[in-house]
Amino acid sequence: MGALDCFVAESVIGPATSGRTRWLPAMTRLCKAAPLVRNVLSPLILITAVLNGLMTGAVYALVALGLTLIYGVLHIINFAHGAILSAALFAAFLAYQKLGLDPYLAAFLIAPAFFAFGYALQRFVIGPASHGDDRNMLLVTLGLAVIIENALLYTFRADTRTIDLAYGFKSIDIGFTFLSLPRLISFAAVFVVALALWLIMALTDTGKAIRAVAKEKLGAELAGIDVAHIYAMTFGLGTACVAIAACLLIPIYYVNPKAGDAFVLVAFTIVVLGGMGSVPGAVIGGLVIGVVESLAGFYFGESLGQVGIFLIFIVVLLVRPRGLFGATA
Amino acid sequence: MKAFLPIAIVVAALAAVPLLVHSNVVLNFLVVALMIALAGQGWNILGGYGGQYSFGHAAFFGTGAYVTAILQVHYGVNAWIGFVAGIAAGAAVGGVIGTLAFRASLRSSYFALVTLAFAEVLRILASVTPVTGAGVGLLVKLDVRAQSFQFQSRAIFYLVILALVAVSLVIAQLLERSRFGVWLIAVRENEDAAMALGVDAFAVKLGAMVLSAAVTAAAGCFYVQYFLFVDSGIAYGGWISIEALLTPIIGGVGTVFGALVGALVVKSLGEGAKLVAGDVPGLGLMIYGAVLILVIRFAPRGLVGALVDARGHLARRFMAPRSRVREVVGG
Repeated sequence: MGALDCFVAESVIGPATSGRTRWLPAMTRLCKAAPLVRNVLSPLILITAVLNGLMTGAVYALVALGLTLIYGVLHIINFAHGAILSAALFAAFLAYQKLGLDPYLAAFLIAPAFFAFGYALQRFVIGPASHGDDRNMLLVTLGLAVIIENALLYTFRADTRTIDLAYGFKSIDIGFTFLSLPRLISFAAVFVVALALWLIMALTDTGKAIRAVAKEKLGAELAGIDVAHIYAMTFGLGTACVAIAACLLIPIYYVNPKAGDAFVLVAFTIVVLGGMGSVPGAVIGGLVIGVVESLAGFYFGESLGQVGIFLIFIVVLLVRPRGLFGATA
Repeated sequence: MKAFLPIAIVVAALAAVPLLVHSNVVLNFLVVALMIALAGQGWNILGGYGGQYSFGHAAFFGTGAYVTAILQVHYGVNAWIGFVAGIAAGAAVGGVIGTLAFRASLRSSYFALVTLAFAEVLRILASVTPVTGAGVGLLVKLDVRAQSFQFQSRAIFYLVILALVAVSLVIAQLLERSRFGVWLIAVRENEDAAMALGVDAFAVKLGAMVLSAAVTAAAGCFYVQYFLFVDSGIAYGGWISIEALLTPIIGGVGTVFGALVGALVVKSLGEGAKLVAGDVPGLGLMIYGAVLILVIRFAPRGLVGALVDARGHLARRFMAPRSRVREVVGG
């Protein structure tokens, strides 16, 4: 998550270099000179770190939303989630590079394409290959992750790429600090997507069928619901969430065949924290983890900030495996 | 003793290889394949016989590797003692993770996740802690003498790893025939039913985890002696977690020879892909992934399981129905 952290730094240090506020440069210098006092002296930097964490967390939440949806219905952890995110990042990258499509517009193209991709994966690969056994499904998704990641490596090589957008580094002055524009957009977009997902689940027949299968698979099947189709629809929706997350990420993040990996364990953590299968849990969990990561990275340095996430993950798994909002495991 | 005959035959046949083949390339290939087989056999004890699918066996492989290396590099401890200490440390890490995970009664996906997370935490810690050489890694001093566990000839390394694999095969065979092994299989098949019959599921799973961790740690210790180098990406990286579970699943999960067959097949496929397509990054692993999915799709009990099935099928067709017992028990 190095790139995202550097944006925390950018928005924190940014005002100092531009010199637009009187007190921040002095404070920043103080922080640099005496790292130990900065936690006492810098409430505003702290607020900035929290705001940045919230915005990072929103993107995490979107990745986690796809994961939790799939878990809630299929009861498996999709280990291919990170690889699919990498693939979607490449799709957004290519759409910009080859077609000149703005990532935010490309989302309307890439999300349906990835929905179809996810549907096909579940319907024709994961479903038939796993014989209905949970452990086999885990392994098949792991196998898919290995295939997708290495297919990307094979095609694009290990180079890290970024795209340059006019608004990539734009930030907005909100009085006491600066917020990066693309991150603000992604923050808003996440709530739109979550709302849309909620509406699909609440109002459409497919949504009802998904909820029915999640609750009682056999009963749903007896009521005439095509479970294989609903599984695939769910997997497709989860994959589409990842695709949208990729389009929101690409303006501020980089892409390489392993780019999605960084998000996948974070997304697992969020899903476990929020409760496996819980949509509000994923959103709130994502925001919490974003803030935790931002603050831990701020106080302890980047690599140990990551350890913080994993420790939360392990503690939640061990102490309260059903998470904050989850039903009994 | 009859049960150990196949192991004796297979090991004797493999031991004869250096007499016939002197090519270092071939021997190196076999050493690496056997090392993966050993790590995979460790996974197989817990995953195959116990049904607990770990996605983080790197935690044990890496601990074995690091302890062996650190004791030699920083404390000048003899390599053989370091080797034993590495195995013990790996087993201890297995005990800690197992206690935490099984106390919280984590199963299936949750168990996979928590093992993965522990391996990642160890990887990140190892990549920043000075004693593990942080980002640079640890280089074990070259000292080619038998008492420092370093050999000029690859053939001797090959025989050492073959001996370790032989021990792991015997462990699996003993497991199949012992009371503990039967408990473990009972827990795999139905934990609640096993507990209702008086099996202490927690103790059985924990025991399997410690044993499993020790075997995989031995592979890590061997890695250090063979390559004389370790860093956080090698020791605790996802690659070894994946290879450790891939080999027994492809070979035959919960069978004595599964990991060995799987490792030889997977490694041969990887080398074959290199021969065909040159050393293109990604291609070998792509084949791994595809083979994994195909095996689960068409031979869910692995290659050994498929062979047993095929034999049972033929037996049913041509022989007395008595051999069906074997088919049922054989998995």
